[in-house]
Amino acid sequence: MTATKVPEKVQEPAVVRTGADERRARIIGVILMVLAAVVLGVFAFGVPSGASSTFNLSLPTDAIQDISVTFNSRLFSGVAAVIIFALGVERLRRRNLQRTNTALAVGLSLFVLAFLAWAAADSSFSMVGMLRSTVISSIVITLGALCGLTCERAGVINIGIEGQLLTSAFVAVVLSSAFGTWAGVGGALVVGALLGALLAWLAIRFRVDQIIAGVVINILALGLTSFLASRVLSEAQDLNAPARVPGFRIPILADIPVIGPMFFDHTFFVYVTFLLVFGLHFALFRTRWGLRARSVGEHPKAADTLGIDVLRVRYRNVIIGGVIAGFGGAFLALAQISRFEENMTGGIGFIGLAAMIFGRWMPFGALAAGLVFGFSGALAQKVAILGTGIPSEFMLMLPYVATVIVVAGLVGGARPPAADGQPYIKQ
Amino acid sequence: MALELSGVTKRFPGVIANNDVSLSVAPGEVVALLGENGAGKTTLMNILYGLYTPDEGTIKIDGEEIDLDSSADAIAAGIGMVHQHFMLVPVFTVTENVVLGQEPTGFGGVIDRDEARETVVEISERYNLQVDPDALIENISVGVQQRVEIIKVLDREARFVIFDEPTAVLTPQEVEEFFGIVEGLKNDGKGIIFITHKLGEALEVANRIVVMRGGKVVAEVTPDEVTRQDLADLMVGRSVDLTVAKGDAEPKSTVLVVRDLVVLDDRKVKAVDGVTFEVRAGEIVGIAGVQGNGQTELIEGITGLRPPLSGSVLIREEDVTDATPRELHRLGVSHIPEDRQESGLVLDFTVAENMILDSYYDRPYSRGLVMDWGVIHDTARGLVEQYDVRTPGIQVPVSNLSGGNQQKVIVAREFARDVALVIAAQPTRGIDVGSIEYIHTQIVAKRDAGAAVLVVSSELDEVRALADRILVLHHGKIVAEFAPDADVTDIGLAMLGSHE
Amino acid sequence: MSEPGTTEPQDPGPPAKPPWLARATGVGESTLRALVLPTLAFITALIIGALIIAVSDVDNLRILFAEPGTALGNMVEEVARSYRALFNGAVGSINAISETLFATTPLLLAGLGIALGFRAGLFNIGAQGQMLIAGIAAAYVGIYVSAPAIVHIPLTILAGLAGGMIWGGLAGVLKARTGAHEVITTIMGNFIALFLVQWLLTTEAIQDPGRNNPVSAALSGSAVLPRLFGSEYRVTIGFLIAIAGVFVLHWLLFRSSFGFELRAVGSNPQAGSYAGMNVAIVVTLVMALAGGLAGIAGANQVMGLPPFKASPALAGSVGFDAITVALLGRSNPVGVMWAALLFGALSAGGRVMQGAAQVPIDLVVVLQALIVIFVAAPGLIRAIWRVKGEPEEATQLTTGWGS
Repeated sequence: MTATKVPEKVQEPAVVRTGADERRARIIGVILMVLAAVVLGVFAFGVPSGASSTFNLSLPTDAIQDISVTFNSRLFSGVAAVIIFALGVERLRRRNLQRTNTALAVGLSLFVLAFLAWAAADSSFSMVGMLRSTVISSIVITLGALCGLTCERAGVINIGIEGQLLTSAFVAVVLSSAFGTWAGVGGALVVGALLGALLAWLAIRFRVDQIIAGVVINILALGLTSFLASRVLSEAQDLNAPARVPGFRIPILADIPVIGPMFFDHTFFVYVTFLLVFGLHFALFRTRWGLRARSVGEHPKAADTLGIDVLRVRYRNVIIGGVIAGFGGAFLALAQISRFEENMTGGIGFIGLAAMIFGRWMPFGALAAGLVFGFSGALAQKVAILGTGIPSEFMLMLPYVATVIVVAGLVGGARPPAADGQPYIKQ
Repeated sequence: MALELSGVTKRFPGVIANNDVSLSVAPGEVVALLGENGAGKTTLMNILYGLYTPDEGTIKIDGEEIDLDSSADAIAAGIGMVHQHFMLVPVFTVTENVVLGQEPTGFGGVIDRDEARETVVEISERYNLQVDPDALIENISVGVQQRVEIIKVLDREARFVIFDEPTAVLTPQEVEEFFGIVEGLKNDGKGIIFITHKLGEALEVANRIVVMRGGKVVAEVTPDEVTRQDLADLMVGRSVDLTVAKGDAEPKSTVLVVRDLVVLDDRKVKAVDGVTFEVRAGEIVGIAGVQGNGQTELIEGITGLRPPLSGSVLIREEDVTDATPRELHRLGVSHIPEDRQESGLVLDFTVAENMILDSYYDRPYSRGLVMDWGVIHDTARGLVEQYDVRTPGIQVPVSNLSGGNQQKVIVAREFARDVALVIAAQPTRGIDVGSIEYIHTQIVAKRDAGAAVLVVSSELDEVRALADRILVLHHGKIVAEFAPDADVTDIGLAMLGSHE
Repeated sequence: MSEPGTTEPQDPGPPAKPPWLARATGVGESTLRALVLPTLAFITALIIGALIIAVSDVDNLRILFAEPGTALGNMVEEVARSYRALFNGAVGSINAISETLFATTPLLLAGLGIALGFRAGLFNIGAQGQMLIAGIAAAYVGIYVSAPAIVHIPLTILAGLAGGMIWGGLAGVLKARTGAHEVITTIMGNFIALFLVQWLLTTEAIQDPGRNNPVSAALSGSAVLPRLFGSEYRVTIGFLIAIAGVFVLHWLLFRSSFGFELRAVGSNPQAGSYAGMNVAIVVTLVMALAGGLAGIAGANQVMGLPPFKASPALAGSVGFDAITVALLGRSNPVGVMWAALLFGALSAGGRVMQGAAQVPIDLVVVLQALIVIFVAAPGLIRAIWRVKGEPEEATQLTTGWGS
């Protein structure tokens, strides 16, 4: 009997830079240079030379008051333009894929800062206020992304997040108006789970195409909630007046300048969301539950041959995802907007899906992506207030355009779970 | 402590896959289950592993009847299976794959990674199955992946191990190593069932050989009672020609030139790493090598499905490195793809539609936007008859046809035109012996008609039977060239990468 | 002996007995089966709709426990009134039929576009946005170009077609070149189009001079679609254009070489590439065509609906309803035609129902979604009504987010 050879420690194979990567780096380099030109031409020289901008970094309610940054608008934008330009030039010369993404992120951030400096020339605006509303705007998106990835990690595409958010928002409002916040939240979680179960049932039991099932659930949700809103809420106004959800400042942490008001002075929804991100990451990558769920999403046949009940895992994950979406709907309706309006979700479920993809199907990625999209929404609101002469409609478009750019520019690198979207046919 | 199947019958619509089959395995015994594709072997083993339920018959262990409703039941009963297509999650590590389904956990279901790793190391040392517990499956070779599958089975304390076509993906040397592993398991008291269609292996390693044909057991013999020819005849039910009738090649001008070709795979890794070779008209060049050494990417690079990173491809001195599949088609290149269902056919389309799948755009099948369905159907009818495609009609979805007949549709489509270069990848994978014979004959006929033929196959026997020259592909490079009558051991060594 | 194929077929059990109706009437079993399920789906949806109507009357609910008899009586009466209005509004008079055909027109056009996409494996959820862009484009041409109707009308329709093609084509290009999944890009396109149109309609170039809100000036009379049956009935030649579309699309899909490519790419893009098809171009063209068809629908909305002005609401909910139409029609042009007629009837009837019985028209959307669910999952209907049959094939159109 021959002994088997001992294999060397397996190394990751060397990845080769392709023509496509180089082209992308070049394109990004050019884009950065154009951005730099805009920053220089519009933001730097578009303001009087003496103008100064002030970014307020504290809120009137903060423990430490009166923190702000004031600087010469033109100088700031000028410096930003130089840095962005340098990044662009470097991209044209070096063309390293990893650095390209970082360069783009840095360049865009500087662009936005210069834009804000320009918009706030000779005045001030609350940077911290905008950061705070970034976090608030991001919660529904992050929750939507978490719902999406919980389903997709097990191999089920959930396009119906929008419908789940909308329906649970409706239920949350009605129940909260009648019976208080906890009834509202509870009802929202149940409804989210039920719609998830419906999606899973259609997709798994009847093998309806998962995307179609999701689209139809969205249509059903829109029709049903609009119908009930017209029929019931317009008559019984008292059912559209949910209880106020009190905020909760976390002592000490909330007193940290900037970070404090940003993350630690919110309703409980926000804190639960943060905990959920940690919890989901831990569950997915460190527990038995997570390993099995992921195996079902990557290679259901393998899981099946090891005695794992593939269909049951899929049902379970989709229902859990539904609960998460229900939570998001409750937040939207009870804490963020505080009433129900027809079609109040306005596509945010789909932005959540984009955040899931952007975040590479990872919970922390979903959080980061949610913050990015939330920022674009908060930016739009802020700019409308600042009155820059840009038509408000274009600012409103911003989150949606950002979504398109994200799915167009960055999907290539990420790999979704291998069995995503394919129904599992058990023999 | 024996495992017994008695009177097992399993029906599917239109076919009886297993017909009153009885089989037994004792501990420490190796039984080879032999039969051609479609004989019912895999169905039988799937029943044994709980994936199917038999319509009739019983399964007994130690005389006690057991019900196997799921893989979990089979595992609990001590039956383990190493599948033909590995059941490994590519993005998980070796350890994660081994413990999946029975993970060692602590509080709250948290996986105890150290204990899991310990388990893997312990089994791998006890049975001499060396693996790197932390490697990702997608980064390790097929031979090592198989060891992981065996560790999985052993971790579940299997008393009976089923191997489904285990050597299909191994080099000759790895096959020897594998037989060594089987010996070790046998000596440990495990009962082994070994599904194969390779006659030589059955003779070499089994204590008993069970031959299946058409869903029934047609013979049960010991290796010293029979010859390879006997087994082949039993498998097919008639006298089988084990060789391909082939005259000498008379190669003429060079048709295909591949020079320093480099092609990346989906993960941007060099799958083809500087390959150079030529194929002349009137010769068959065979590329041998274990699946996963760049064959797929090489073919895709030559046929316009994957842009090469560098290097060149010339057909009759015309540079086609960046040509599209359609341009190559117009130049007289025909391509039998390695996965007929994924690339070669549109399963929802009819037989007729598939017959013109790569010619539909041109006369006589269409002028501009307008397609001439009359001509298309006539052509399809003619081809079906000429190439002996068994089908109820040309308007049925091609998914209704058996694997062998689907392949014949592709061959008919590719060979019915005047072609200068034939590229055939895994041309007879997964089809019955009769169709294999037919397709081999067609390939040789094309060669004799003056075409240049490139055959890529992981079945070394097929390459040796068809090729006039054999090239060995290993880790993306051509490492050796042999004449078809070269020693198998030498070729095998080259396939492993050890060569002078 | 042939092998059973690579996907092992499931055991369907003993053969089904013919449903009692088939035995009783002697009608062929498969014909019945083709009709029975959609009919049952429709009836079931109506029943659920009735329940929704009954349960959502809050005033009635309040007295349900006090005076159950009255409450239930009210419920029945309300449902009856609603459905009677629905029926009358759909087919109860010549005017109703005209309204039905009028509502069918945009549904059919957009539905054909979406069905075309499905056939190519593409999910075009962006008909809403495509219609908006098309409507604005048509409005520009309709307002600014002077020409006799015989030239002006086709020109304006073409403008709508072009607008829709561009908007749909953009999503196609993104998918073809970057792999961006069209579900997300087309839905985002809906919102971007909405805001874009809202803004454009406040610019001087096109805004109605008398108004402050985003609405365009009225189109010239020469750009208005002539009515089919005289000025009393609203249905226009747009309906004929839609019907023509059915035939054109049928030919395109099943007889032309482009249709061959389209269906191949939709069924197995890998095989399509191998066969020499340029998948990227097919995807782009199909999205553009689908957008174009929605574009004609958008032009129809502006050219056929008084007061013949473009506004952000010009698409109504047609963009989404058309998805249900395409699904119900199983992506088959003739099927889509029947589905559009049915949902057009519901839409026309729904408007009357809203007026006469105070039932919000959103109920029609609910009915549509339910019908589609029941048709897509026939097992549900079978389970409810205990109809036997063969297990259906999976209607799988997607394999995840990859391009």
